[in-house]
Amino acid sequence: MAAYKPVVVQACPKLGERITQDTLYWRGYKTPVQIKEFGAVNKIDFSPAPPYNYAVTASSRIHIYGRYSQEPIKTFSRFREAAYCATYRDDGRLLAAGSEEGSVCLFDVGGKAPLRQFEGHTKPVHVVGFLSDKYRIFSGGDDYSSALWDIPSASEIISYSEHTDYVRCGCASKVNADVFITGSYDHTVKLFDARTKSSVLTIEHGHPVESVLLFPSGGLLVSAGGRYVKVWDVLKGGQLLVSLKNHHKTVTCLCLNSSGQRLLSGSLDRHVKIYSTTSYKVVHSFNYATSILSLALSPEDETIVVGMTNGVLNVKHRKPEEKNENSQKKRQPAYRTYMKGRTYMPKQEDFCVSKPVKRVLRKYDKLLRSFESSKALDAVLEPPIMLHTPEVTVAVMQELHRRGTLRSALAGRDEKQVNLLLTFVARRVIEPRFTPVLVTVADMITDIYHPVVGQSAVVDKQFLKLKEAVGKEIDYQEELLEVLGMMDALFATFTKKRDTSLEENKSNGVTEIIETNRSY
Amino acid sequence: MVAEDALRVVRCGGSALRGARAVFSADSKQVGLGAGAAALGGYLLCASGDFVKVYSVNTEETLRLMGGHADLVTGIQLNPHNHMQLYSSSLDGTIKLWDFMDGILIKTFSVGSKLLALYTVASAEDSVFVVIPKKGERDTFQLVSVKLTKGAGQDLESKELSVVLDGVGASMKHIAFGREGAYVGSVEGVNLQVYFFKQKLLNRFSLSTVKTKGGDNRFSCVMCHPTEDCIATGHADGKIRLWRNFHHKKEYTYSTLHWHHDIVMDLAFSVEGTRLLSGGVESVLVQWHNESSCQKDFLPRLGSPIEYISMSSDGTLCCTLHTDNRITIINSNLRFSRSIQGLIKSRDVKTGLVVDPRTKALVLNGEPGHLQFYSLQSDQQLFSLDIVQRQYIHEAGLKQSDLVKVAFSAQGTWLATVEESEEVTDPELQLKLWFYHEEAQSFQLNTRINTPHDNHITDMCFRDMDELGDDSIILVTTGRDCVFKVWVMVEDTDPEAQQSVSWTCDFVGSYHNYQATNCCFSEDGSLLAVSFEETVTVWDSLTWDLKCTFCHPPGNIRKICFGRLTCSKYLIGATDYGFLCCWNLLTCALEWSAHLNVVVLQPDPLSEHIAAVSWLSKESSLFVFKPNEPRPVYIQRNLCKEKILLAAFVPRDEPEMISSEKYLWLRKSQLFFLTDTQELMTLSTKSLEERLTPSSKQLAVEESLPVTPFSLLLGKHRRQQAQEDTDLGKPIVHNKQEQASPAVKELLHTPAHVLPSASFLCTIFINSLLISKENKSAEEVADEVEMESEKAEDDSDEEDVTAMEQEDTSHVELLGEMTCKLSKSQEKELRKIRKMDYSWISAF
Repeated sequence: MAAYKPVVVQACPKLGERITQDTLYWRGYKTPVQIKEFGAVNKIDFSPAPPYNYAVTASSRIHIYGRYSQEPIKTFSRFREAAYCATYRDDGRLLAAGSEEGSVCLFDVGGKAPLRQFEGHTKPVHVVGFLSDKYRIFSGGDDYSSALWDIPSASEIISYSEHTDYVRCGCASKVNADVFITGSYDHTVKLFDARTKSSVLTIEHGHPVESVLLFPSGGLLVSAGGRYVKVWDVLKGGQLLVSLKNHHKTVTCLCLNSSGQRLLSGSLDRHVKIYSTTSYKVVHSFNYATSILSLALSPEDETIVVGMTNGVLNVKHRKPEEKNENSQKKRQPAYRTYMKGRTYMPKQEDFCVSKPVKRVLRKYDKLLRSFESSKALDAVLEPPIMLHTPEVTVAVMQELHRRGTLRSALAGRDEKQVNLLLTFVARRVIEPRFTPVLVTVADMITDIYHPVVGQSAVVDKQFLKLKEAVGKEIDYQEELLEVLGMMDALFATFTKKRDTSLEENKSNGVTEIIETNRSY
Repeated sequence: MVAEDALRVVRCGGSALRGARAVFSADSKQVGLGAGAAALGGYLLCASGDFVKVYSVNTEETLRLMGGHADLVTGIQLNPHNHMQLYSSSLDGTIKLWDFMDGILIKTFSVGSKLLALYTVASAEDSVFVVIPKKGERDTFQLVSVKLTKGAGQDLESKELSVVLDGVGASMKHIAFGREGAYVGSVEGVNLQVYFFKQKLLNRFSLSTVKTKGGDNRFSCVMCHPTEDCIATGHADGKIRLWRNFHHKKEYTYSTLHWHHDIVMDLAFSVEGTRLLSGGVESVLVQWHNESSCQKDFLPRLGSPIEYISMSSDGTLCCTLHTDNRITIINSNLRFSRSIQGLIKSRDVKTGLVVDPRTKALVLNGEPGHLQFYSLQSDQQLFSLDIVQRQYIHEAGLKQSDLVKVAFSAQGTWLATVEESEEVTDPELQLKLWFYHEEAQSFQLNTRINTPHDNHITDMCFRDMDELGDDSIILVTTGRDCVFKVWVMVEDTDPEAQQSVSWTCDFVGSYHNYQATNCCFSEDGSLLAVSFEETVTVWDSLTWDLKCTFCHPPGNIRKICFGRLTCSKYLIGATDYGFLCCWNLLTCALEWSAHLNVVVLQPDPLSEHIAAVSWLSKESSLFVFKPNEPRPVYIQRNLCKEKILLAAFVPRDEPEMISSEKYLWLRKSQLFFLTDTQELMTLSTKSLEERLTPSSKQLAVEESLPVTPFSLLLGKHRRQQAQEDTDLGKPIVHNKQEQASPAVKELLHTPAHVLPSASFLCTIFINSLLISKENKSAEEVADEVEMESEKAEDDSDEEDVTAMEQEDTSHVELLGEMTCKLSKSQEKELRKIRKMDYSWISAF
């Protein structure tokens, strides 16, 4: 003897992106805060020390923002022309920046005027950075050279002129105080050791290098240039590990998250892509309004700050984690009785009587089991079900149709209910997975209620809406068929051999059904 | 082996169980304890085609098949004077009396005309009641009582008929006997007749013939109250009427119970008459209490319409017979107990006969929306797989969706099913792929494809390749939408997905916009043959290029199959214009063709043989041939009268020894076929007697005690004790010292008045206890063995001792160091005790 079988609700694969842990994690940000800067934001750098202020370099100014401040808490504006690449030292107390006139400036975070100014570059300096010993600064400029500066003496230690084009990006190793890398528009990334007079390693990226990044371990190097992000193994002498081509415009900036598990890349194509550093697959991506120039992630991924070409700074804060204390509290008083006997382990001679599993039926299933068609339909026309899980509503309608009681379930409804029904049908009839059932439903509704058309303005309006929706869909299908015809012709000229290379158009049948339904 | 014997067609299952109400054997053992119903060792007797089947109520097993009637069995009743005997009536005009415990035919009474129903009444000595057609009139039947002549022989003539009632219904449900056989009620059309035997009074009651709103007053069944004067009748409109006071022509009364929305198929009263059971096409068993319509219980969803209801004589069980040949046994508290199901009869076997490679079971449509796995050996359903997974509603005129195609992969790991609704214009198609789950031991749904084709699917096959592993599995479906589709398994790239593989469409092929009708893979899987109306196309299964086409106009291709093993270069096709063609794939030419109207074309998976069943001028003929020679290996004309719809080769577990050259094709597999009356038949070289012998083993009268909770507990306790003993490393001794030691045994078993004084016995008793505890293992084993020898010869003391000595030495050998531990003094003492033990026995 079989038990009652509940209605099968057709699950259909969710189109679009799949929900993973990553999507949940990266979606957990609030709506962004937009701050207007004076020019294109070329660099954003988070202070490594709490309270994690961040320095934003745009035009001729360096703004320092607090974590939640919308106004800069400090501004360095002593630059005559554009400033570049304001970078914090590891302790968060010094800030270095390059400038258009070729000098490298060192600021105290608390002060206003530069502490030091390193002169030596003849062209604008686009990249500066602290070596991990904290006492040296490296820089790269448009004069193709990169230099190393001593902070206490404000003198140049060494200068390398190995690049053959502008040096636009660089990064210091965190594990070795003498090692830094620079990327240049001559398509190469060079690794320098301050102890030697020439570069140690040259990596051919193949495109003008816009951004470089070293992994915290210092073993892997990421370079971005053109549409490519490439990962290299430094320890193996610069062997290409993986080449990622997920952007369709130049990739401008790179960033690692705090755990080092995810790599973020921003591009002129307005996307930020997040890669897993184990599989190098894109696990999530963000869309922005304009092309992205710079990108930074605060420690613990609290804040994502993105700088755009139009000078807008986009700041996203993570949502505070929700705590479900309420649900725990509810259970507490009953805990003892609830747990009574739970911990008892059956002994060998004990005869275990298993509790029969109680099958929980949904409300509409209970009603269908007792053959109450109208009530079952009412149950699935309730707003939560109708809005969020339309497939349940359609499945019950289909079941009723299968039982031959759909007509009687639809009949005898008042204005409000008919309105509800028609709203649902008009909205969902164009969805291909619901079309076959809802066309039948629409047919029946028009059959049943055509004598009362004209008596209620609300219902009439819904009928008109339905007609409009169906008309639109027919036009759309016709267009699709035209496109299909064109493509068929194209394919026929390309491939002669394969007779049926195209999957048949799934919506073919749909059009035919709808056409019969035109006469409203 | 009967090699010279002609091949005979043997019916092997699936015959209708619907001839008559089932009968419970009236078991003398009334187990009234808590586990009553479960422990009731009873038999259920059931008419099944020409046979009477005996089932065990406990195990659902078919215990016996009693054959002897030449035609359909129409009624079975227990002999009211001997509960071990059974009367059965048949359309062949005989009443047979059986001893169903041993399956012996005791007597045959030939009545001389068709018997349509049989009733026995305890009060009527030596006579039974049967329904026979009235002579000279068609479709008129009369109830007659037959005097069963007493005679010595086995075959007796009983022509002594006396008509009781005229114009009765032909079905056994239309007549019922009242309490103690005092009256008989019969229904026909809208009339109820009641005949009182003593008063010789006949009362007729009629209902209005006018069909009221939605009502149909015709009677469908009748049942009499076992203790009161009350008749319950079922009607075509679902009403049940309870008639009383029918002694009077005018003042009779009836009350109406109404729940069924369609015809009431059968009624049954409980033994006391307080409850009335009714069943109908809704497949709901309704229990009415105290003849009131407000108090009723339901047992819903019994699977298929109820045909008959019968109660056991003690009222603990009731059983329903369903239209699809299933028997459901139901407890007295209206709880489903168990079901006996053979080959379930479905309205239409659309799936064909498929053999499950895993269980070798025959797979075909079962109950609506289910696939039944039918075991040929045990004539039982192994399990039923719910394919459609929808609530089945029994209502006339509903378009049900049902299973139409089934295919198994070679290993049985994948099962593909196609279901469609009955609507002609817009079939709601679903293709489902099921994966055999090893742990759950059942098929689990892997992929569901909605609308795989735009029109009906005509055929489906897997690429059968044993050696190439899982990746090579390909499914091909052909449809009336003029395409065939190739489905392949794809691995899901997402690691978080629940299942690793799913199925997707890989290729869509068509040929000049003809409807695709059949498909078939060659044995090595390299070629796919798809027939498009008149043409067979052959495709390369790697590149999906069209290789070549064959046709034999006029006439569409009905069936195609590839040759196997040595004949793998041939392709066989049957056209509906009556031709069987064999094409050579190497030369791409027609090898031979024969004029034969082939209905079924079935290749044997284990040999080159192909069976073709033709249908010509109302008889089916079987032709078995090898594709490489046009002359058939075997021809059997007039296989059976019914049209054979389906056939299947089922591989044998071990090749049968067949000496005759002619039947060599039956060596590796057995051919089963299904007729349009849904009888499963096979071809066998053995004679009927040989086939029946294994089943007609002696019925074990179930003597074992019922398994009560108490006995369970006790058994458990005992088992546990034994367990403890072995755990401790002791040899298992049944009942410890008291019985193990012969001294104590004798002490306890000897009558008190012949025993010596207690003071004398005391020392013996204590001594025996002491010693046996000191040297446990050796002593106890010795005791036990000694006990046995003592039973054999307990007359002489001396002999016993020597025997025991022998035993002891043998134990020394056996147990080695264990017995070495026995000190000399102990041994001596032991022997002393032995002697003491028996000295007093010899005294008397």
